[in-house]
Amino acid sequence: MPDSVVHLRGVGVRIGDTPILRNLHLSVDAGEAVGLIGSNGSGKTTLLRLVATLLAPSEGDGEVLGAALRGEGRFDVRARIGLIGHTPSLYPNLTLQENLSFVARMSGVPDAEVPEVLDCVGLGLARNRTAAACSHGMQRRVEFARLMMTKPDLILLDEAHAGLDPQAAALVAHLVAGARSRGGAAIVVSHEHARIAPLVDRFVELTNGAIAEDARTSS
Amino acid sequence: MRVSFWRQAVEIARKDLRTEVRSGEVVMITVPFGAAALMLVPLAVGTDAPLLSQIGPGIYWSVVMLFGVLVTVRQSAIDAPSQRDLLGLLGVDAAARFVGRAGASALLLLLFEAVLAPVALALYGTDPSGWWWLLVVLPLVAVGLGLLGTLASSIASSIASSTLVPLIVVPLAVPMLLAATQITEGLRIDATILGWLLLLVVMDLLLAVAGVLSARPLQETTR
Repeated sequence: MPDSVVHLRGVGVRIGDTPILRNLHLSVDAGEAVGLIGSNGSGKTTLLRLVATLLAPSEGDGEVLGAALRGEGRFDVRARIGLIGHTPSLYPNLTLQENLSFVARMSGVPDAEVPEVLDCVGLGLARNRTAAACSHGMQRRVEFARLMMTKPDLILLDEAHAGLDPQAAALVAHLVAGARSRGGAAIVVSHEHARIAPLVDRFVELTNGAIAEDARTSS
Repeated sequence: MRVSFWRQAVEIARKDLRTEVRSGEVVMITVPFGAAALMLVPLAVGTDAPLLSQIGPGIYWSVVMLFGVLVTVRQSAIDAPSQRDLLGLLGVDAAARFVGRAGASALLLLLFEAVLAPVALALYGTDPSGWWWLLVVLPLVAVGLGLLGTLASSIASSIASSTLVPLIVVPLAVPMLLAATQITEGLRIDATILGWLLLLVVMDLLLAVAGVLSARPLQETTR
């Protein structure tokens, strides 16, 4: 694992003529967790997608897990990145178990782990329910189960606590701690500053696509 | 652990087919509409049996082509942006995704063709001599249309315009429609069909190569 899991140098992203991210310099070290805050439209989700290598920078350069953001190596590191976005990525017509089995087979994880992780997130009894028949909170738990199963080195959580009950919120802490203990890193986006403060080492605040503040938490 | 290309393709196909079984888009919607379309011409022509027998193969293949496009662009075959991201981050090879998706569509198209073929025989009274050639022609057309529809969907997604799918599919489907119709007609009048069969094979190969080679660039453009 490289010392710096994420290293961005003067990165910018434009969609059409509109600049979404501007001249970002950001490093996230191995074992570190960063809270990403900012108002709506400040570029948090775009930054997560950039770090996930799903979006190429329009300017600047950088590396994620040692792979250049513009290089062919980014395709190889993607399987080591776990992203949970705003919208659940579940297939609505598949059951929770089938959704996770699909992920397990694609990741080379034994199928036997699927019931275990569903139990861990409190959905063991709902495993045969289709995703379409589950609430947003339940779908979110399945996404957490996915990351518990695939154990990515870099965890990216967008609006980590949105719509979660206190038990599910504890899963966020568990995932972040897991990534750090493996020598990986985590970036957690949330509007609930107080809720993620205990999980992260520092906060990065985005304003209009640029870093307005990068400060260590008091703890 | 790295999962092989073919295992990825099989898992994608399996997931697509399972989704289709649950949603029933093809079996419950497209097949009945296809059968209804086949019935329209006999209703218009009446009881002119020789004419029906002559135009039967052309009508059958036209219905397969037109409704086949709907099979390949069915809702369950199109990923939401979050699902596209998931597949990317699972390290799924874009070409394996193309092959798996096209394979699932080809199987559904084969089912569609197989269900409609007896309906066409019954309605049009087409002479079924040389029917065993259909065991070759039906899969070739199903594979070709599956590849074409999947490729067209990928292109349309990359430019965020699903309305372009018919414009991409129809011109490329015409040689397949022509070949399939000529083969069926050739069997009826005992003419040579090898040239048309070869055209179908070449079309399938070209579409497979184009789909596999363009899979990653199209996937990255879509993001």
